Amino acid sequence: MKKIEAFIRHEAFEPIRQELLERGIPSLSISEVKGSGRQKGVVEHYRGASLTVNMRPKLKIECVVDDSERELVVETVLKHARTGSIGDGKIFVLPVEEAIRIRTGEEGGDVLQSHEGSEVPSG
Amino acid sequence: MTKRLSLAALMALIACLALPSIAAAAPSAASVKEQLDTTWVVVAAVLVLFMQAGFLFLEIGFSRQKNVGAGVAKILVNLGIVTLAWWAVGYGIAGFGNDFFGTDGFLFTFNMDIDGARVGGSDTALMLFGMLFAAVSLAIVWGTTLERIKFGAYVIYAIVFGALIYPLVAHGVYGGGLLSDVAGKPVMDFAGSTVVHLTGAVGGLAALLLLGARRGKYGPDGKPRAIPGHSMPIAGLGVLILWVGWYGFNAGSTFGTGGGELFAQVALNTQLAAAAGALAAMATIYAKTKSMDVGMIGNGAIAGLVAITAPSGYVEFQWAPVIGALAGVLVVFGILAIDKKLDDPVGALSAHGLAGIWGTLSIGLFGSPRLVLDDASPGIWYGITDGDFAATLGQLGVQAVGVVATFILVFVLSYATFAAIKATIGLRVTEQDEDAGLDITEHGMYGYPEQFISAEEFGFASVTPATPPPKPATATSMASRPSPQA
Repeated sequence: MKKIEAFIRHEAFEPIRQELLERGIPSLSISEVKGSGRQKGVVEHYRGASLTVNMRPKLKIECVVDDSERELVVETVLKHARTGSIGDGKIFVLPVEEAIRIRTGEEGGDVLQSHEGSEVPSG
Repeated sequence: MTKRLSLAALMALIACLALPSIAAAAPSAASVKEQLDTTWVVVAAVLVLFMQAGFLFLEIGFSRQKNVGAGVAKILVNLGIVTLAWWAVGYGIAGFGNDFFGTDGFLFTFNMDIDGARVGGSDTALMLFGMLFAAVSLAIVWGTTLERIKFGAYVIYAIVFGALIYPLVAHGVYGGGLLSDVAGKPVMDFAGSTVVHLTGAVGGLAALLLLGARRGKYGPDGKPRAIPGHSMPIAGLGVLILWVGWYGFNAGSTFGTGGGELFAQVALNTQLAAAAGALAAMATIYAKTKSMDVGMIGNGAIAGLVAITAPSGYVEFQWAPVIGALAGVLVVFGILAIDKKLDDPVGALSAHGLAGIWGTLSIGLFGSPRLVLDDASPGIWYGITDGDFAATLGQLGVQAVGVVATFILVFVLSYATFAAIKATIGLRVTEQDEDAGLDITEHGMYGYPEQFISAEEFGFASVTPATPPPKPATATSMASRPSPQA
C-alpha cells in the first residue's frame, strides 16, 4: 500500500478528481495548505506600504492505494497539474503499513478503494 | 449662503402662519415653495447618491472574497468619472436642443444662459439630481461583468456612458427629444424604469456578450453551475440601502414637495411595489425549488422597485402591489432562464432589464386618468372601464416604442464601445488573474487580507497569552454572592 501526497494548484484538482473517479479511485482527501518553494511570493500593497507574502496557497491531495495503482494516480496528477511553470507543486509517495475500515473493522488492501463501482457515487 | 436663505424662508413661513397680519412683509408663497422644492431635490439627490453604497454592497455580497476590493475601487472611480462627464458634457446633451440631442449647458456654470433662461439654484439642484441618476444607470451596467473584467474597461466606458449614452436617452424622454412626442403622445417614464434601469441593463448585456462567462460557470456539459457569492448579509444590506435610496429616486422625481400631494403618493407606491416584489419572488422561487432563496428575495425587492420607477407618479395605490408582484415573478423566471446561457452574477439583466421593461409598459395598462401627462392617454384598464379603448391601446404602443428605441440605441452604442475596448486594451483579465482574483491582480491587495495571508506572515500572529486574563469583575461578584438555595 502506498500513500500519494500531491501538492498542486487549486485549479488542477477538479480534473484530477474526475479522472481518478472514472478510473476507480474515488477515495481521497484534500486540504488547503500554504507553503513556499521556488515560486516567488506575492507583493501586496496596502495604501502605499507593501508586504511580501511568501507562503502561497496550494491544495494537498492525499490518496492511499494498492501498490499496483501507484502509477495510475501519479500519472493522473502529472497529467492535470503540470502547466510547465514554476509553482506546479510536488508529489510524494509514502509506504503505508496498515489500513482499517472503521465501519466494519476490515483490514487490508480491499478497504482502500471501491473497485466494483457499487459504491462509486454518481457524478 | 443657500442654507441661510432656506432657514430665513422657513422662519418667514412660520411667522406667516403665526401672525397673519405681517404676512405682507414676508416672502411670497411662490418663493417659499421654490425654496422648499429645491431643498427636497437636493435631499433626494443625496438619497440617490446613497444608492451607490447599495450597488456596492449588492455586488460585493454576490462576489467571491477574492474580488471584493475591486468592487469598491470600481464604484468610487465610476462615480468620479460620471460626475465630471455629466458636468462637462452629459448635462448639455441631455437638456434642451433638437430632437436628438441637447445643445446648451456644457461646462455647467451658474448664471449661464440655457434656452433663454438664466441658471439659478433650482436648476443647479436638478442638474445635480440628473448627475446622480446617470451614476445609478452606470452602476447597473457593471452587475453583469463582475469578477473578470479589466479595470480599464470601467474607465473608458464610464466616460462614454456619462457624456453620451445616458444623456442621449435622457434627452429622448425628458429633454424634449423624439420619445417625448411619439405620434402626439409622450413616452411616460416617471423616474426612469427605461431611461435609467433598462439603459443600465442593456449596457450590461452588451458588455456580457463580448466578455463571456466566468471560468467554471458552465461545466463541460454546458450546464450552469452556482458560483455562490461570499456574503448574503452584505448583499441584503445592499438591497435595503437601495430600497431607502429609491425614496429619493422616485419621490425626488416630483422635483418638489408640491404641497405634499404627488410626492407622498409616489413614496407610498414605491414602498408597496417593493414589498410585493420581495414576497412574490420568494413565493415563486419556493414553488420552483422548494427553498426560500435569500438572494432571490433580494432580487425580487429590487425588481419591484425598478418596475414601479416608471409608473410611480402615474398609477393609483392599488396597482403598485400588482406591478411589484408581477416584477417579482418575472425576475425569478428571468434569472433562471438567462442563467442557462449568460453569466449575470447579480441578476442585473432580469432585475433592471426585464422589470424595467415591465414597469414602463405597466403605465399603458394602469396609468390613472388623474395622474398621466397632459397629452398622454390613461392605461387600458381605464380604457375598458370608462374611456376610449383605442387611445389607451395607443399609449401602450407608445410605451413599447420607448422601450424598443432605448434598447436599440443603448445596445448599439454600448456594443460598439465595448468592442473597441476589446480590440485595443482588451476587456477581460487572463485566466490566471481570474483564478487569483481581481483584488490581488488588478489592485495589488486583498479585500480580506487575513483570508488569504497567514497571520504569521504579518509578523504579529495572535498567540495564547502567557498569563491568563483576569476574570471579569462581574463573574467574581456573581461567584461570591450566596446562592438562593443557601
